[in-house]
Amino acid sequence: MASFELICPAGTLAALRAAVDAGADSVYVGFRDETNARNFPGLNFSRTELRQGVEYARARGKQVFVAINTYPTAGNAGAWHRAVDDAADNGASAVILADLGLLDYAARSRPKLRLHLSVQASAANPEAIGLYRDAFGVRRVVLPRVLTINDIAKLNAEIDIETEVFVFGGMCPMAEGRCSLSSYATGRSPNRNGVCSPASHVRYETRGSKLVSRLGTFTINTFDEDEPAGYPTLCKGRFKTHDKPSYLFEEPTSLNALHLLPDLKAAGVKALKIEGRQRGKAYIAEVVAACRLALDRFDRGLPYDATTLDRVTEGGKDTAGAYGRAWR
Amino acid sequence: MSAVRTDLTLGPVLFNWAPGDWRDFYFRIADEAPVDTVIVGEVVCSKRTPFFAEHIPAVVERLQGAGKEVVLASPILATTERERDAVRELVTSAGDFLIEANDMGCVALLGGRPHWVGPFVNVYNEATLAWMAKRGARSVSLAGELTSTALAALAATAPALGVDLEVQVFGRLPLAISVRCYHARAHGLHKDNCRYICNEDPDGLTVDTLDGEDFLSVNGLQTLSHTYVGLTGEVAGLQAMGIRRLRLSPHTADMVAVARLFRDLADGVLGPAEARTRLLAIAAPAKLSNGFFHDREGVIDTAAP
Repeated sequence: MASFELICPAGTLAALRAAVDAGADSVYVGFRDETNARNFPGLNFSRTELRQGVEYARARGKQVFVAINTYPTAGNAGAWHRAVDDAADNGASAVILADLGLLDYAARSRPKLRLHLSVQASAANPEAIGLYRDAFGVRRVVLPRVLTINDIAKLNAEIDIETEVFVFGGMCPMAEGRCSLSSYATGRSPNRNGVCSPASHVRYETRGSKLVSRLGTFTINTFDEDEPAGYPTLCKGRFKTHDKPSYLFEEPTSLNALHLLPDLKAAGVKALKIEGRQRGKAYIAEVVAACRLALDRFDRGLPYDATTLDRVTEGGKDTAGAYGRAWR
Repeated sequence: MSAVRTDLTLGPVLFNWAPGDWRDFYFRIADEAPVDTVIVGEVVCSKRTPFFAEHIPAVVERLQGAGKEVVLASPILATTERERDAVRELVTSAGDFLIEANDMGCVALLGGRPHWVGPFVNVYNEATLAWMAKRGARSVSLAGELTSTALAALAATAPALGVDLEVQVFGRLPLAISVRCYHARAHGLHKDNCRYICNEDPDGLTVDTLDGEDFLSVNGLQTLSHTYVGLTGEVAGLQAMGIRRLRLSPHTADMVAVARLFRDLADGVLGPAEARTRLLAIAAPAKLSNGFFHDREGVIDTAAP
C-alpha cells in the first residue's frame, strides 16, 4: 500500500489531464469565480469542465476535489452554496471548505458529501480539528503551515481524522486564512476575493538601471540589471527596518519537503499536496511526475532524489519552511 | 441615532510593554477612561505571558473596582502543548469571567458556554455568525477587512441571534500572524533566542518600503498596519446599522483621550470633523486609515484631502 496519497493542483482541464497522467491520486480544482482561493483571470473550471475532469479522472481510478475555500460574502452567499451543490452533483469526491457557515450548509444539505477542511481555516491544534470533525463530520484537515514535523506527529497522535500537508510549491509565511496584507495594499484579499497580491494591481517601473516592482502604490522590491525580477507577492518583498533592507517576512522561495518523506510518514500524514493551481500544464506534469517518482521509490525502500525539482522552484531556491524549527 | 447605547471596548495590549508600564496603563484606564469593557491577556506571543502574569490580579481588581467589565483573551495561535495547556487553563479557571476566543481551539474548549469571539476568528457572513451564536457567542469582534456592506448585513441578523457586534475604530490593524518572529528576524535573531527584542517597539517596529515609505508595523509574530485605523466619520453609520461596540486598540498614545473622544462621538456631543482633527494629532506621526470600511485598500484614508 502506498505511504501517501498525492494531491495535485489543476487550473484547467488540460492541467487536470496532465496531473492524472503524471501520477496524481487526486486532483483539486476550483470554479471560475470568487469561491476559491486561486481566483485568477483565465483560470479554473466551469461546471461542464468539472464534469469532464471527473470523468477523465474516474476512468483512470483517480479522484477530483473541489476547493470552495474563500469566505462567503455577508448578504451574498449564493455563489458559495451553488458551488457546493454543483461540486456534489458533478461527481467531486470531496469539497475543501474553510468557512464555518459553509461547512454547516454542506453538512446539512449534502450529508453524503465528503468534507475536507481547507488550509485557509488554519486549524492548528487538536481541539480546533476535533470541533470541525464533531460539528460537520470533516474527514480530513489540510494543515496550516505553522507546524513543525514534530508538531504534526503529536497532533496526529491526538486526532482521528486524516491529515494532508503541503509538500511542494509556493508557501505563505503567515498563517493561511488569517492574513489581510494583500487587501491592505490592494483592497483584494485571499479570504474575500480568492486572490493575494493580484496581477491587476502589479506594475513594473524602470528607474535608471533598476527595475521596480510595485503592488498598489507600494514598492515591493527593486532589482539590479543582473538580478531576476520576482513577482511582487507582498510577503516576499524586500523592505526596510531600521533603514536596513531585507526579505523581512520570507525570501522568494518555494517549499520542497520531498526529502522529509520518512519523517512525514512517521508523523502519520495521510496525503501530500502540491500547491499551484495557477501553473501551466507543463509545470504540473513535471512536478507531479517528479513527486510520483520520489513517492514510488520511497515506497519500495529505494533511495530517491529530492532535488530534481530545484530547477522549477521560485527564485531557484527551496526550503522546508515551517516544517523545521530553524525557520522560525 | 440608535436607541441602544454604544459601548466602548478596550482591546488587549498587543505589544510587549514593560510589565510595570502595562500595569500602570490599566490602572489609569480603570481610573480615567470611559470604556465599558476591557479585554485583558497576551494574545500574540506565549513567550511574553510570564512577564504580565503577576500583575493580572491587581489589574483585574482595579478595572472591576472601577465598574469595567473584564473579559479574558485567548491567544491567536496555540500550536505547542504548552500553548494549548495555557488555553485549557484559561478556560477552566476563568470562573465568572467571560473569555474572548481568538482561535477555534478555544471555541472548542469553551464547549458552548457563553463567550466572546475576537477579531482573529473569521466571521465573514451571517451563517457563520449564526453558528457562532448557537455555540454560545454573545459578542463578536469582526475582522478588520470587512466592508460597510458586509458589516450592515451582519448587523441586520445579529439581534435575532442574540449576539452583539463590535468593530475596531482605533489603532493599528492586525493584518497577519505567523509562527516566525519578524522582530527577531529583523535583528538577526531566532525566535527561540529572541532576547524579547520586541520590547523595544511599544507600538510596533516600522516596516518601510525600499523607497522609505511607511508601510507596515511588526510586533513579534504579528504584522499590523502602519496606519492607525481611525473610524471617526463612520461612527454614526456603525451605530445606525446596529454595531453595538466600538473597539479601541491600545497604543502608547493617550488612550484616555482616545476613549473620551469616541465616547463623545458616540454620544453625539462631539462632531466627526473635530474628532478627526484630534485623532490625527493623537496618531501622528502615523496616518489614519479607513479604507476597508469603504471597500477600498485598507491603507486608504478617504477623508484625507
